Formats: sequence, C-alpha cells, structure tokens
Amino acid sequence: MPVIMDADRLGRSLTRIAHEILERNRSIERLALVGIRTRGDVLAKRLAGVLEQITRAPVRTGALDITLYRDDLMRHAVGPQPLVRRTEIPFSIDDQKILLVDDVLYTGRTIRAALDALIDFGRPKEIQLVVLVDRGHRELPIKADYVGKNVPTSLKETVTVRLTETDGADEVSVNQAQ
Amino acid sequence: MTMPQVAPISKLKHKDLLGISDLTPDEILLILDTAEAMREIGERPIKKVPALRGKTIVNLFFEASTRTRTSFEIAEKRLSADTLNIAAQTSSLVKGETLVDTALNLEAMAPDMIVLRHAYSGACHLLSRICQAGIINAGDGMHEHPTQALLDAFTIREHKKRIAGLKVAIVGDLLHSRVLRSNVQLLTKLGADVWVSGPPTLMPPGIERQGVRRTTSVDEAIEGADVVMLLRVQLERMQGAFFPSLREYFNVFGMTRERLRRAKSDVIIMHPGPMNRGVEIDSDVADGPDSVILEQVANGVAVRMAVLYLLAGGAEHETAA
Amino acid sequence: MRRLLKGGRVVDPANGRDGSFDILIDGERIARVGKDLPADGAQVIEVPANFVVTPGLFDMHVHLREPGQEHKETVATGTASAVAGGFTAVACMPNTSPINDNAGVTEFILQKAAHANLARVYPIGAVTKGSKGEQLSDIAELRAAGCVAITDDGWPVRTALMMRRALEYASMFKMPVLEHCEDPSLKGEGVANEGYHASVLGLRGIPGVAESIMAQRDIALAEMTGGTVHICHMSAATSLRAVREGKQHGARVTCEVAPHHFTLTDESLATPVSYDTNMKMNPPLRTASDRDEMLKGIADGSVDVIATDHAPHHYDEKKMEFDLAPFGIVGLETCVSICFARLIQPGVITLTRMIELLSTNPARILNVPAGTLSEGALADISVLAPDLQVTVDPSRFKSKARNTPFGGWQLKGGVAATIVGGRTVYVNDHASGAERFCP
Repeated sequence: MPVIMDADRLGRSLTRIAHEILERNRSIERLALVGIRTRGDVLAKRLAGVLEQITRAPVRTGALDITLYRDDLMRHAVGPQPLVRRTEIPFSIDDQKILLVDDVLYTGRTIRAALDALIDFGRPKEIQLVVLVDRGHRELPIKADYVGKNVPTSLKETVTVRLTETDGADEVSVNQAQ
Repeated sequence: MTMPQVAPISKLKHKDLLGISDLTPDEILLILDTAEAMREIGERPIKKVPALRGKTIVNLFFEASTRTRTSFEIAEKRLSADTLNIAAQTSSLVKGETLVDTALNLEAMAPDMIVLRHAYSGACHLLSRICQAGIINAGDGMHEHPTQALLDAFTIREHKKRIAGLKVAIVGDLLHSRVLRSNVQLLTKLGADVWVSGPPTLMPPGIERQGVRRTTSVDEAIEGADVVMLLRVQLERMQGAFFPSLREYFNVFGMTRERLRRAKSDVIIMHPGPMNRGVEIDSDVADGPDSVILEQVANGVAVRMAVLYLLAGGAEHETAA
Repeated sequence: MRRLLKGGRVVDPANGRDGSFDILIDGERIARVGKDLPADGAQVIEVPANFVVTPGLFDMHVHLREPGQEHKETVATGTASAVAGGFTAVACMPNTSPINDNAGVTEFILQKAAHANLARVYPIGAVTKGSKGEQLSDIAELRAAGCVAITDDGWPVRTALMMRRALEYASMFKMPVLEHCEDPSLKGEGVANEGYHASVLGLRGIPGVAESIMAQRDIALAEMTGGTVHICHMSAATSLRAVREGKQHGARVTCEVAPHHFTLTDESLATPVSYDTNMKMNPPLRTASDRDEMLKGIADGSVDVIATDHAPHHYDEKKMEFDLAPFGIVGLETCVSICFARLIQPGVITLTRMIELLSTNPARILNVPAGTLSEGALADISVLAPDLQVTVDPSRFKSKARNTPFGGWQLKGGVAATIVGGRTVYVNDHASGAERFCP
C-alpha cells in the first residue's frame, strides 16, 4: 500500500493551500468553504480551521451531498442506491465566493454534480475548487484552483484517502485495483 | 473519533412497495434515514433535485384522495420526475375497463412506476404480477397503506428518537383500516409495544397473533402511552350495526384532553386524516400542543421521496470522483 | 358387443367386493361378475394388476353452466371434463340462465347431454321459481322431465317456511332437497373465511357459523317434516356437528364435502400467491381445524359424499381484484388424484370407503341406478390407477375453464379409463396399460 501522503505531509499541504487561498483572494469576508461529502466536508472544516488561525476571523463552512445530482443514477434497472445524506449549508451563498472542497479530483463528474447542486442553492459570485489530490483522467473540462498533490495514476489504480475524523488516521495511498 | 452514520444496507431488493409486510426492519430504517436527507430538499429555495429526471410516474387513483395524491405528486416533482395523474372508477356499476386492462394499456406507454390507490385489497398485488413498472401501494382496500406507516414512524422517531420500546396505542375503527395493518406491521418489526383498542365489533380477528395487545378499554390502552394514534371511524365503509351511534362511540372511545391524562406527559397525538372531529378525536386534542398531525402531512412528502428514490433503482456505489 | 375385463382389483362396496374379479359386459349392461370368467367371444381386456375397477364415480354437485353461460362451460365440455376425471355421471345444478325451474330447461340439458354422449347427466331442478325463494317450482313437472332432486344452490332457500314446504312436498317424490347453507346477513359482503388470514390481507370475512346456522335450520325442518335434506359443500366444523346431532335424532340428513375443503385452508389466501382468486370459492377455505374435522367426518362415516362443486369460470372473470372475482373453482379433473393423495395414501380411509363416498352414496341419495357393479346394472365403470404419477396441468383440462388451485401439484393416483354404458369414453394416454381399454 504505497503511501503517498502521510499525516504530516497532509497537514502541511492544507497550510500551504490556505496561504494560496489568502494570496489569491484579497479578502475572506465574502468567502465560504463548502465540502463535498463524505470527506470533502471534513477537509473543508480543517481548512477553515487553518484559515481562521491565520486570519483570526471566522470562516463559514457547509457540507454538500451530491448523490441526487450524479449523472450515473438510474443507469441500471435495479441496483443499490447510493446512500443519500443531508446537505447542510447554513448560510446564503448568493454573491459569495464559494470554495468547493473535495478529497480526490478524477473524472470531474462529482464536481460537475456539485456545481449543479450549488446553483440550486443560490447564485454565488464565484466558485473555486480545492482538492487534496488530483489524479488526472478528466472526462469533463474541469480544473482545480488549488491542489494538495498531483498524483499521476493509471486507470487500474485507486486512490484512497483516510482522514482521522472518518477513518481513524490521516493517510493517502495509491493501490492497484483487484 | 466518530464514524459516520450509515444504514446497514444501501438498497431495497424490491421492484415494488406493496406493503410493510414485505420489508425487513433494516429496509424500513433505510427508508427513514433516506427520508431525513430528502426532507432538507423541501427547505431549500429551489425544491428540486434531478435524481428521477426523465422517469415517468403515473398516479393511478381509483379512490378520491387529495391528500395522498398531492403528497406523492409533490414528492415526484421534487425529484424531477414526470408525473401523470389518472382518476379512475372502481364502481362495479360503471362497467368500464377492468383493472388489468387499464394497467396493461398504461404499461404499453412504459411508465417507470405506478402509484396505485384502489378500493379493493390486493389490487396492487394483481398489478405487480402483470406490470413491469414498479408498483407503489398508496392504499389498497383494507389491506395496507405502507407510506402512511412509514411517515408515521418518521414522525415518531423525530420526537422520540427511537421506536423500540415505546408504548403506542392505536384506537378507532381497526377492522376496516389499512393504516392500522401497516402500522402494526411496522411498529412490531421495530420493537414497539403496540396496543390496539376499539369496540369488539371493529376488532380484526386474530390481531393478537401479530404481536399486539388488544383491549376494548381505551383507558387501558393509553395508560402510560408515548404515542396515541387515532383512526378515523370510517362511516363510508361500514355495513351496519358496528356501534349504535357516533355519540356513543365518542363517549366510550373518543380521545379527549381528560382521557389523555393517563398517557405520558410528553405523549404525541397522531391521526392519518381526515379527522372526524367529535367522533374519534376531540378538537382541543387535535389542535392541542401534543398533536403532531400536521407534521405527519409534511413528513409525508419526504418519506415518499425516499421511497420513490430507493425503488427507482440506481447505479452501483461508485468511487470515481 | 361383449367385453371382458379380466383381472384387476374390483372394489364395489354395494356388493361387498374388494378383490380380483372379472367383469363381463354385454352391450350396455354388466352381464356377470365372478372369478375366471370364460371369454366366450368377448373382447378380452387384461386389466393391469395395479389398476382398480370400481362402479362409475358420480359427482352429484357440478355446474355445467348451460344454458346461458356457455363461455364458462357447456354440457359437452363439462361431461368431457367429467369422464376425464373418472366420473361416469354428474348431477348438475339449476343456477343456469335461465334457471332450471321448468321442464323446458331440464329437457334442453338432457338433450345436450345425449348429444355429447359422454357422462350421464342428472339435472337438479330449482326449489323455487327463479330460485327467488318466493314460490315453489312445479316440482312434479321437474321430476317428470328428469330432475332427481331440487335445490336453490347459489343461495339458501330463502325462508324457513319455504324450506319446510319444499321438504314436505318433495318427500312425496322421495326427492331430497339439496341446500346451499348460508345465512345471507352473516355472509354480508364477505369474500373469505373470517379469521386471522383474511384479516391480515384486509379481506371481509364469512364466519363458519353463517353456514352452520342454516344447516341447523334445515336439519331441524327435515326432522320435523320427515323430508330429506342434503347439505351441500360443507366446510365448517360446526356444520358437521349439526349433521351428526341430526342423524342421531333420526333426521333424514346427508352431507357432502368437496376436495378443496379437506385439503386446503385459508392460509392459501396468502401463500404461495397472495390474493389468488383460484382460492376464492363459497363456502370459503376455512381454518386448519375445520379442514381436519372434515377429514375426521370422512373417516368416521358422518360425511356421506365427496362432490366437487365444479364451478367453471372464464379466465377473464378470475383475473380480477379478489373482491370482484366470482366464487368457484373447477374440480372434476383433480378430484380422484386429490382423494388418493389426501385420503388413501395417508391412511385416512380405505379404497372401499372412497368408492362409497364417490359412487355408492351419491347414487343412493339421488335414487338413481348407479353406484354398483351388480349383474344387470348399467356398465358404468371407472378404472383408477392408484400408482399413476400425475402433475396437474390446467392448460390440458377438458373443461373450458382453468380455475383450479391445484395447478402444478404433483400427485400420485389418477384415472386410467372411464366406461359409460359399456362404451369406453375416456382413456388416459399417460397411464400405461390404459390403452387396453381403447374402444
């Protein structure tokens, strides 16, 4: 199980991303983080924590469930449904800069669904994308604004992200698919 | 370090929802958990998600019902499905098309799901045998009304955080009630202590074999109850002599504030509607602080969205992002 | 034309026979019954050792549906179904359209039967005009035309007074009154046995007492008048109790049970198929203990007859919501196999008793020349195959109708051949050895 990012590296990447965010966006007043379930929302909270440390100002976070917006729903006659979880965005996104946060960027379809979902909530001023890992193989014209680590992979590999809050440890690894 | 809450299963292994009798406790919980998420959609400014986009759902109602039909219709539209409402006639006096022919003709136009309400028990079973479309039972005769029981359970869980171990009293015209039968199935499957009460003439034969306590004393039934569910005394379904008069029914079984003192102080009052005020329930109970009757209606949409979503099928749980 | 049925086990309760015997048929009658009969120019049929030769089976409760409901069945298809089921005779119910309450309809039925030339048909006339329960039919006329009994089957005789009059009047002709016992007010809109299973499925119930309360009425009237009442399609333990008491007190009462009532219970409403309209009949399938009581009655002699209440319905009519589907199932082509499987093989009764129930007793009750293999009797003979493996296949029924609850059942025991008036009218292609009976 080749680990490509350990807890230490992960923490430093988030710190670096936080600084990049501040560098690129003059103020964080009208800025909010929305994490895509189920690890993007954890990362969003952590990132918000780092930003708050640096700026000493509160940063709003929300969690977005994109299950109902996936383009691969209903593709098969009978089958398991992905479990639907609640979306929680306790603030208006109108006129805000929304930073979408996800753990792994791959085909881009999840982000496409997230954009659709977000638009249903209001009209943000701008949407930027933060990902921890970009593993390539885009199927849609989507690019991340902030990347923790670029990891070229083959289609036969899988990227696994584990986070302390959800999986007990911080670790990103690349594995050969069975 | 808390793991996220996941229902133990992630799919319903069914094409249809004909009754609670076909569901396992895990499947019931899956529906309730999914309904949680669905409810949030009704709180957004844009109350729509594309999950069932392009699916055609027919609401085939052989019995008039504004409430249930509207609830299904809203649920379907919130999931972006195309809906069609057909109000058909059951009356044997109107020798129109048979149910089977109606269904087959409908099938020819390839709906994905049919939501059926019918005056005769087992109508949805008949349809399910001949139709490819998924069938959702919106009430068949005296048999079951599964989405009602599900939204009742959802409402109870919201207030009491669980179902197991609660004392639930159900009072009214039990014999003719499909809401009773579905609720008995669901509540016993989830471990509630269910008591049913009504006059002996309206007591379903063998009901105690379904794991409930039966009594003709409504006071005994609601003693210490966490939930009191009133059932409509169904004037239109009765064929004579089940009880002498509405007045007498109210005196013996009607739920009043006075009578309710025997229940727990945080008891919740439920009713599937429509209510006969002054017969099975007194107005000050129906409109009082313990009543969750209107919440039931609101929850109906979320629960029906969950059922539609879970039955309509979907892809394998993917990992690609 | 002479035929000699050689060997084979002959079971003839009327003559106290159960053993290996030869039967010589001359024309349409039985000439001789004995051991090692000489052939003497007769066509010799070697009866396979494992076949059983019995007096022709007689189903005294059958709905032939003609005149008026030919989409369900006709006399021709009904009698074809009967002989395929091993029956050489049937008694047909008057609830046709028009009702058989006059000589015209009776003669029509007999003509159709003669034309079909398969099983013998004994019409049963209506007790009251139109079976409305208001005015007695011209019973003497019915009898003269060929009716062997009267009934308002489909309904009970409407009032106690009318039943009393019917019993008194019919006794003049030694005709029994066959009664469909049911109190209409207790039956209400019921469609299944009142009990746990119907309740779970949300089906309105018909309590057993709806049947027994009427049986009690009729037995009391039979006792009082000296008339003869026959309780049709008995299903409830409480009815059997009334019959036993009535017999003890000297009332002239007999009763019949249909195969489905000693085989199935109301559990079949839900399993294997829920709301299966092939489980809907009147009286309905009752509880397991009612079913067991019927078996006891069959074993101890309280039950006199097994009759099918063969009630064919068109496929479309049964493909309905349970509440709307008509009551009734067919029975002629499954009766013998069910009797072997549920009565003989488990040791509930002997073969002799089975023939009493299916042949000797019905003939005696309806006072017709049948039910025996006596010398000089009509050569109406059923040849049964107790070891035959049978799979019930409704698509191959000779009846027009397919409404049976036994579709797909694997049973042991069936019919090899059926002979009416010395002539073979049915041979079962699947019973090896039966081809010997071919005409």
